[in-house]
Amino acid sequence: MDNDTLQHKMKELRNQFPTLNQTVHGRPLVYLDNAATTQKPQRVIDSVTEYYTKWNANIHRGAHFLANASTEKFEATRSALAEMLHANFREEIIFTQGSTDSVNMLSTILENEVEEGDEIWVTEMEHHANFVPWQVLAEKKKAIFRYIPMTPSGEWDMDYAKRELGSKAKIVAFNYVSNALGTINPVEELIALARSAGACVVIDGAQAVAHFDINVQTLNCDFFLFSAHKMYGPTGLGILWGKKELLEELPPYRYGGEMIRKVSVTGTTFNELPFKYEAGTPNIEAVIAFNESISFCKEVGRENMHAHEYFLLKTATARLKEIEGMTVYADLPNKVGVLSFNVEGIHSADIGTLLDQQGIAVRTGHHCTQPLWEKLGTTGSVRASFACYNTLEDVELFIEALNKSVNMLR
Amino acid sequence: MIEQKQQEIIEEFAFFEEWMHKYEHIIELGKEMKGLSDEEKKDDLLVAGCQSKVWLKASLQSNGTVHFEADSDAIITRGLVALVVGVFNEETPEDILKANIHFMNDIGLVSNLSQTRSNGLAAMVKQILLFATVFQAQQKSN
Repeated sequence: MDNDTLQHKMKELRNQFPTLNQTVHGRPLVYLDNAATTQKPQRVIDSVTEYYTKWNANIHRGAHFLANASTEKFEATRSALAEMLHANFREEIIFTQGSTDSVNMLSTILENEVEEGDEIWVTEMEHHANFVPWQVLAEKKKAIFRYIPMTPSGEWDMDYAKRELGSKAKIVAFNYVSNALGTINPVEELIALARSAGACVVIDGAQAVAHFDINVQTLNCDFFLFSAHKMYGPTGLGILWGKKELLEELPPYRYGGEMIRKVSVTGTTFNELPFKYEAGTPNIEAVIAFNESISFCKEVGRENMHAHEYFLLKTATARLKEIEGMTVYADLPNKVGVLSFNVEGIHSADIGTLLDQQGIAVRTGHHCTQPLWEKLGTTGSVRASFACYNTLEDVELFIEALNKSVNMLR
Repeated sequence: MIEQKQQEIIEEFAFFEEWMHKYEHIIELGKEMKGLSDEEKKDDLLVAGCQSKVWLKASLQSNGTVHFEADSDAIITRGLVALVVGVFNEETPEDILKANIHFMNDIGLVSNLSQTRSNGLAAMVKQILLFATVFQAQQKSN
């Protein structure tokens, strides 16, 4: 597909997103905070409404029509996710409350796999959610918490990893794509390294799933997790894929209803996968509605989304560099549509405030990656992040508003 | 009078019709404020701030009023801090504690002070009240 056709195709998608069609502070909304959360297409919103209008019933246990219908819809999403990730078994898909919840679950159920003196590895680029739980686990087990440093250009220092990551490593956890910078990391290389060290591999795919296809088989990781809301889906829903033999072996995380087989006063036995890890009533409407997001991404095609977002990123980056005193972080070829920058002498929060007044929604601050900013010698940035429904006009409005803001602040 | 000072700010801002002019004024106030020296901008004076930092210093003066000095690393926050300090400065702990602070909402810059955690202003007002409480207790014990 040539660029003009792609532009046209993507522009039409906008009509499916009602939130985009509004004004804020009297200006048309330009939503460039997609790395925080994406807007939802009408079909996802309709699905939530439809669930509560027609299908509301607790799943997996009711002996009546509605319970069976909602269970069927709920499980259909699990099957769609297994297909999307190329999982071998649908019961390898576990529903959680989000990526943060998934990492906390993993760092808890993997506790017995770590002994004193073992190493737990992350990278300097991680979101706090894939950093702190592992740091706490290491402290608890007297294990050694280590990290792969980030280079000033915003990439992993793979030479360091090759040199230092060895057989002491028990867990290696890392993001596929940096939320703060947009860098697409060389995960295959790190997985191979972790594998040869015999470590368990955990991938945080939160910033990847809306931009390219994922195949957990070819990745050959042990766990892959992401959040529905960053993939045009509802909030409060996380997806955790794990290798069946590991999930069967590891202990439960939360205890309660649904996850048990038999409870008696003398002891309890636990349910099989995936229910072993899904205690309590889940976020049923989010799971059901997420199936619509999965279809949406499949129909549009992630290769189209990525190509379009990349075009917007490169256009905006070039325009940004015309501004005096501009620093663009991780200006690399291998990126998703995340543009992280600072203007010399101006606080990112000030730029964010003035952009907001002009209808432009961006994120400012440390983006929950404080070690990363410490490495780059600052405390945060302005982050504009693109999704499939953003347009060249959005880029123009953003650059115009940014120039105005910078002039006011100088 | 705290209420009188708030009314003056509201009148001042009513003069600006465009958002740009309001913010230009705030930025100007931020630039004009004396603020704190780099030595004073240490963690013990830091009141909070997720995105922009706010530092606050307070002293009880011999005439029974409180003197505040503050600063921020972001210029717009600095301007808002200047307004807040201006309202509370040179007032007695008693007056500070019974004040109803509404000017931020009225000038349409901060829609809901209590929810604006990110710029540290809510934490600053809370810290001002805390200082006033401590100073009031000191006055009573003397």
